[in-house]
Amino acid sequence: MDKSKIHPTPMLDVLEDGPWPSFISGFKRMRDEHPEQRINEMANSLLGQLEHSYETRKGYWKGGTVSVFGYGGGIIPRFSEVGHAFPESKEFHTLRVQPPPGNYYTTDMLNQLCDSWEKHGSGMITFHGQTGNIMFIGTTTKGTQHFFDEINDYGWDLGGAGPCVRTAMACVGAARCEQSCTNEHAVMRHLVNTFTDDVHRPALPYKFKFKVSGCPNDCMNSIERSDFAVIGTWRDDMKIDQDEVKAFVELKGRDYVIDNVTTRCPTDCMTLNDDNTLTVDNKNCVRCMHCLNVMTKALSPGDDKGVTILIGGKRTLKIGDLMGTVVVPFMKLDTAEDYEKIVDLASETIDFFAENALEHERTGEMIERIGLVNFLEGVGVDVDPNMVNSPRQCSYVRMDGWDEEAEAWFQRKAEEKAAAAG
Amino acid sequence: MAEQKAALRPPIESGCPDGFQYMHPAMRKNYGQWKFHEHPRPGVLRHVAHSGDEIWTVKAGTQRILDSYTLRKLTSIGDEFADGFVRFTLRSNIEYMVTDQAKVEPLIKALEDAGFVVGGTANSVAMISHTQGWLHCDIPGTDASGVVKAMMDELIDEFKNCNMPNRVHLTTSCCQINCGGQGDIAINVQHTKPPKINHDLVSNVCERPSVVARCPVAAIRPAQVNGKPSLEVDEKKCICCGACFPPCPPMQINDPIHTQLAIWVGGNHSNARSKPTFQKLVAAGIPNNPPRWPEATAIVKQILKAYKEGAKDWERINDWIDRIGWPRFFEVTGLPFTKYHIDNWRGARNSLNASTHIRF
Repeated sequence: MDKSKIHPTPMLDVLEDGPWPSFISGFKRMRDEHPEQRINEMANSLLGQLEHSYETRKGYWKGGTVSVFGYGGGIIPRFSEVGHAFPESKEFHTLRVQPPPGNYYTTDMLNQLCDSWEKHGSGMITFHGQTGNIMFIGTTTKGTQHFFDEINDYGWDLGGAGPCVRTAMACVGAARCEQSCTNEHAVMRHLVNTFTDDVHRPALPYKFKFKVSGCPNDCMNSIERSDFAVIGTWRDDMKIDQDEVKAFVELKGRDYVIDNVTTRCPTDCMTLNDDNTLTVDNKNCVRCMHCLNVMTKALSPGDDKGVTILIGGKRTLKIGDLMGTVVVPFMKLDTAEDYEKIVDLASETIDFFAENALEHERTGEMIERIGLVNFLEGVGVDVDPNMVNSPRQCSYVRMDGWDEEAEAWFQRKAEEKAAAAG
Repeated sequence: MAEQKAALRPPIESGCPDGFQYMHPAMRKNYGQWKFHEHPRPGVLRHVAHSGDEIWTVKAGTQRILDSYTLRKLTSIGDEFADGFVRFTLRSNIEYMVTDQAKVEPLIKALEDAGFVVGGTANSVAMISHTQGWLHCDIPGTDASGVVKAMMDELIDEFKNCNMPNRVHLTTSCCQINCGGQGDIAINVQHTKPPKINHDLVSNVCERPSVVARCPVAAIRPAQVNGKPSLEVDEKKCICCGACFPPCPPMQINDPIHTQLAIWVGGNHSNARSKPTFQKLVAAGIPNNPPRWPEATAIVKQILKAYKEGAKDWERINDWIDRIGWPRFFEVTGLPFTKYHIDNWRGARNSLNASTHIRF
């Protein structure tokens, strides 16, 4: 590339100093060393526009409508508002591509993706964006189609953008974590791949996100960040290896164990005995994970594993932050039938959302507006005391259906008991 | 044109790919069969399976927005030192997994020699999860990668070591939609003035009813301005959130001076100990000051210092503040407590102290 065309970047240059890896140095390498002139010019132009943003403290991208043949979403279109000054990056669209659950890659596959991206795009990639997509940042409208066609042939598909089912996320999970209580991989693929049509063709009131965490540590932030959070848990007793407990007490001392394990239990369900063994009141354990996190060798989840499902998490826009709330306290996820059940619940939820949410309203906001009970009745889920922190505290409610509801409760309990007796 | 059309083929709607094909063989073999893990040093995890197999994970921080040279460097290190398998974490760190302990040190050396930063595990300050910012977003109030680069330069020792009471998750967001999400410490854009409206463009660019509907406080109404259909904002009601800007770019909310940064603390996604918590406002009025945003970093360091000194082992920032109380938090961090800290949004009453529980 002609050196005289290089945009000066005095402010960005400052971000090449310091010990943390510099994205600016990376971009400059694309500008100065990449064998392809198109990429040199694109990087130069992008750096020029970014420097302009730094100088004026303003952004200069606008959206638009770009998609690939057959889909309505999956691309984040970006057209420059200062394209006259920085023409080589005036179209700089991002492709959102769905990663595998847990974000595993072989280096061969990453290199192959990199080859394709250098052929059709800027060569700049992020693993991953905040929704969970691989972000291939920077190509023209034409490049978008060519790149997608190429990677689609070897197994990659676009994710969601706009009012649609979005790309999902799952934690590292059973592949490398002893605390995993479910097959995150299977859960995520069963859910999101049931709705590929809703991912690719945005037609919902607003976005809908699935996230899957293998245990209540919730490494995927699913309660706070997804409309449909699936979290692994267990309902029998946690496992205690008393020899490992003793070894841990030996190593750390009784005070450490009392201060950092037993007294931190939110339901006060643990006792460190005089002989340095632990007693757990499992009926009162809420599976918070703290003691398991501290004593990774001595304590582990039980065997009767399943998932808790929370619905309605989202961030600020428009009514303020909402956490997802419990809709299914426990569900087994072992058999094909179990998986059908969770997929059915997701379908019911999305259908109800599509029919009842206002434009640009998230699932949690819809529930806030209509009340949890209306939502539960809409998707066919029975009420459960695990859904609330406490029962109602205000008497202003009409309750003339009480007798039927109480009867239904006793009947359900009797059925559950009969089913458990088997 | 017809020829071009014919060349287009329908997409293969394969959706989310099967990850087992990309998983290290030891992870495939021991899937769901792990027994425990240890943390032998910062940046390294050792997982042991019931079968007796082990896997060693080395975690490294990167610049997140990778150019192809950097990505190929990361893959070549994977080929040479780590069996050719990697994964990425939620916070965009790369992880290499090896079964042979002897490969760990050479792998760490190769990563560090190439300028990557090994760390980010357990009770460290983790990589800041961030958004796109001026580099690629259509509505950003600030940059993301630049803020993070500048801040991680200052926090790198806390990333490489495990000296915090518990892990610290930092996040940044370039507008109040807050794509960066919840964090123990979140550095987010906060607009402080109502949008400036270009009335010549509104009727052509914006679908006015949906813009009116988008406003969280119903401060926008349709109006005729200079004889043209437009929108007007009741500036007394306006909370300057910027929600109108994405659907209506002529309602410019970003401003070089009045778009500022605010810092929030105590967001915790985990169910460990207490239920998950949202982050709370602690500081605002922080200038959006590229290229290094020193004022924001200084406050983050102030909070980290107080947390490191005051919290007990395993307390996250929210746990620590729950124990010591908010008055003490403002005292030990030296941050001002203002009328803006008292919530007036829906549900605000739940945040008021309706008791005599007061620490003196």
